[in-house]
Amino acid sequence: MIGAQILLECLKREGVEVMFGYPGGQVLPIFDKLYDSDIRFILVRHEQGAAHAADGYSRATGKVGVCLATSGPGATNLTTGIATAYMDSIPMIAITGQVKTFLIGNDAFQEADVTGITRPVTKHNYLVKSAKDLPQIVREAFYIASSGRPGPVLIDIPSDVQLQEAEFIWPQNVEIRGYKPTCFGHPGQIKKAIKLISDAKKPLLYIGGGIITSGAYQVLREFAEKINAPVTMTMMGLGGFPGTHKLSLGMLGMHGTAYANHATMESDLIIAVGARFDDRVTGRLDAFAPSAKVIHIDVDPSSISKNVRVDIPIVGDAKTVLEEFLEQIKKIPDTVEWLKTIDSWKKKSPLKYKDEGKIKPQYVIEQIYELTKGNAIITTEVGQNQMWACQWYKYDYPRTYISSGGLGTMGFGFPAAMGAKIGCPDKTVIDIAGDGSIQMNIQELGTCVASKINVKVVILNNGYLGMVRQWQELFYKKRYSYVNITSPDFVKLAESYGAIGIKVTRKEEVRPALEKALATDNTVFVDCHIEEEENVYPMVPAGEALNRMIEGLA
Amino acid sequence: MRHTISVLVENKFGVLARISGLFSARGYNIASLAVSETMDPGISYMTIVVEAQDEKILEQIKKQLNKLIDVITVTDFTNKEHVDRELVLAKVACPLKDKAKLEVALKKYVAKIIQHKGDIAIIEAVDEQEKIKGLLEALSKFGVKELVRTGRIAVAY
Repeated sequence: MIGAQILLECLKREGVEVMFGYPGGQVLPIFDKLYDSDIRFILVRHEQGAAHAADGYSRATGKVGVCLATSGPGATNLTTGIATAYMDSIPMIAITGQVKTFLIGNDAFQEADVTGITRPVTKHNYLVKSAKDLPQIVREAFYIASSGRPGPVLIDIPSDVQLQEAEFIWPQNVEIRGYKPTCFGHPGQIKKAIKLISDAKKPLLYIGGGIITSGAYQVLREFAEKINAPVTMTMMGLGGFPGTHKLSLGMLGMHGTAYANHATMESDLIIAVGARFDDRVTGRLDAFAPSAKVIHIDVDPSSISKNVRVDIPIVGDAKTVLEEFLEQIKKIPDTVEWLKTIDSWKKKSPLKYKDEGKIKPQYVIEQIYELTKGNAIITTEVGQNQMWACQWYKYDYPRTYISSGGLGTMGFGFPAAMGAKIGCPDKTVIDIAGDGSIQMNIQELGTCVASKINVKVVILNNGYLGMVRQWQELFYKKRYSYVNITSPDFVKLAESYGAIGIKVTRKEEVRPALEKALATDNTVFVDCHIEEEENVYPMVPAGEALNRMIEGLA
Repeated sequence: MRHTISVLVENKFGVLARISGLFSARGYNIASLAVSETMDPGISYMTIVVEAQDEKILEQIKKQLNKLIDVITVTDFTNKEHVDRELVLAKVACPLKDKAKLEVALKKYVAKIIQHKGDIAIIEAVDEQEKIKGLLEALSKFGVKELVRTGRIAVAY
């Protein structure tokens, strides 16, 4: 077998059904073998789209997404997508072609030091020097990508290695002496944590993407109900606990709910599970949760005590540790008063907006929620559209909210929606976009139409790079510096690609347009012209304490 | 404060770049770094002296090192009984007629003149860094023309 064939055989054995990518000079042998392969290949229009699509596929299904690109520019175009997956701990394999081994370092045509470029944004990467190493490397790559704290792994394969003959030997198991992820929490630490929980008066579960990654949705719900503790989610944790549950406080942090942020500041015990105390969550660090003890469960030891001082660190898999908690907790804390207080905050300061004048983005998202009955997969771009999507759609199930959290990559949502739709063909997949971000990967309209990927894009079109404008309004004296952005006629654009476009300028048109979009068996752009200067509230200004919200607690 | 850490790593290409990249990406300072093969040709041994303002940063450095797939073990010598040494080669200005004076100055240290030609003596010293500091002070009276140091290497009991 030649290297290219070995590669595809390895991918099949790893259960790969679909790949996203783009051909080029240094991956010709792989594409030649793909021609006869039963692995489905989605030809994107830009390699960045391939990386985000593989990422979206992974987030929607829990499987490892795979993208493929040629050397040099093909690989560098993947890099933003790889970094996006890295920041959000998404298992992904990126395969890149490389110039022939004897040309490496020669400044050859379309050569780039791709393992060098991607080293800080991958969990691990490989440069394959011999075709016989491929099975071992591919197995390791999938194992590393999907275990412990997941992340992207890149495999760079010179084109002569793709052509090299070698025997295919599939390794029976993977053994990496420097890589042994911890799964079970330390029993002593778990005992201490249980005691703290039993004695707490104002416990708060603060959950992140780790709940979704580890499949802890069910056990978390049981545990929260058992100890009767409220649950707040990071953006990555949305869907990790039912958003409509009475114990749910929604998202916390910069654009979190007033009650989630107040609960955090008032809590006497924060139980952090699979979350990493990101600066968008904590606000001013030294003012964060001043009276709380902190239990932190995370599979990655380096996430613990990185930002916030932790009283009980527990390194382990979120699901495994929560199962232990559920089994061991005997004395249930009395949280009646605490939940009453929180309820009064919920009543006093719900999420709100003034539904008057032009179309309000919040209204659009409420309509999407109602029409899909909360059963859609929502992807987002980055900025105001993303925050409104966090606030106004209630995510009841894991893997239904897909968004670039850590890196905040504009242009993520549309290709990620494609990947999600490929992975979950029976689901409705909607990208909630802004007029700015949708233009960052709009070329993927071509992919959607050509590959018949039926996704819906709802553009909250305000003529601005809205979140930057909001910051300029609030913190830079309304000096709007280069935040006006023009757009093409999205309806005509969609139509020119063979998709459907609907323009909406009045509130009463919103619902019929969405209904039509959902009923159409094609990719649809719904271009909603919304209130131009609507802001996302509540808002904790950067560097402020969580309870110093603009439009926060009434 | 300076801390000595030893790291056992896979002897593969690119590993040094992973380690140094980790330090630069996170803004940690390396005071010195020494790398060599071990008895097992598949494993390399690194002694890294790091500058860490507080315990938290030192903890992060160790955790981040441990996260690298090619890192096998990380040992922090801060509270561990250990021996450390550094090798120094110094080119010192010293006319042959003053050789005796130089020898006297070297007496207190594990150091010797390995070559002396014309007005230049090359001195080799192997010692703990504190002692090396003393030696360099003593040599500065003669005039150090060039100085090469390996950085600290250390081994724990």
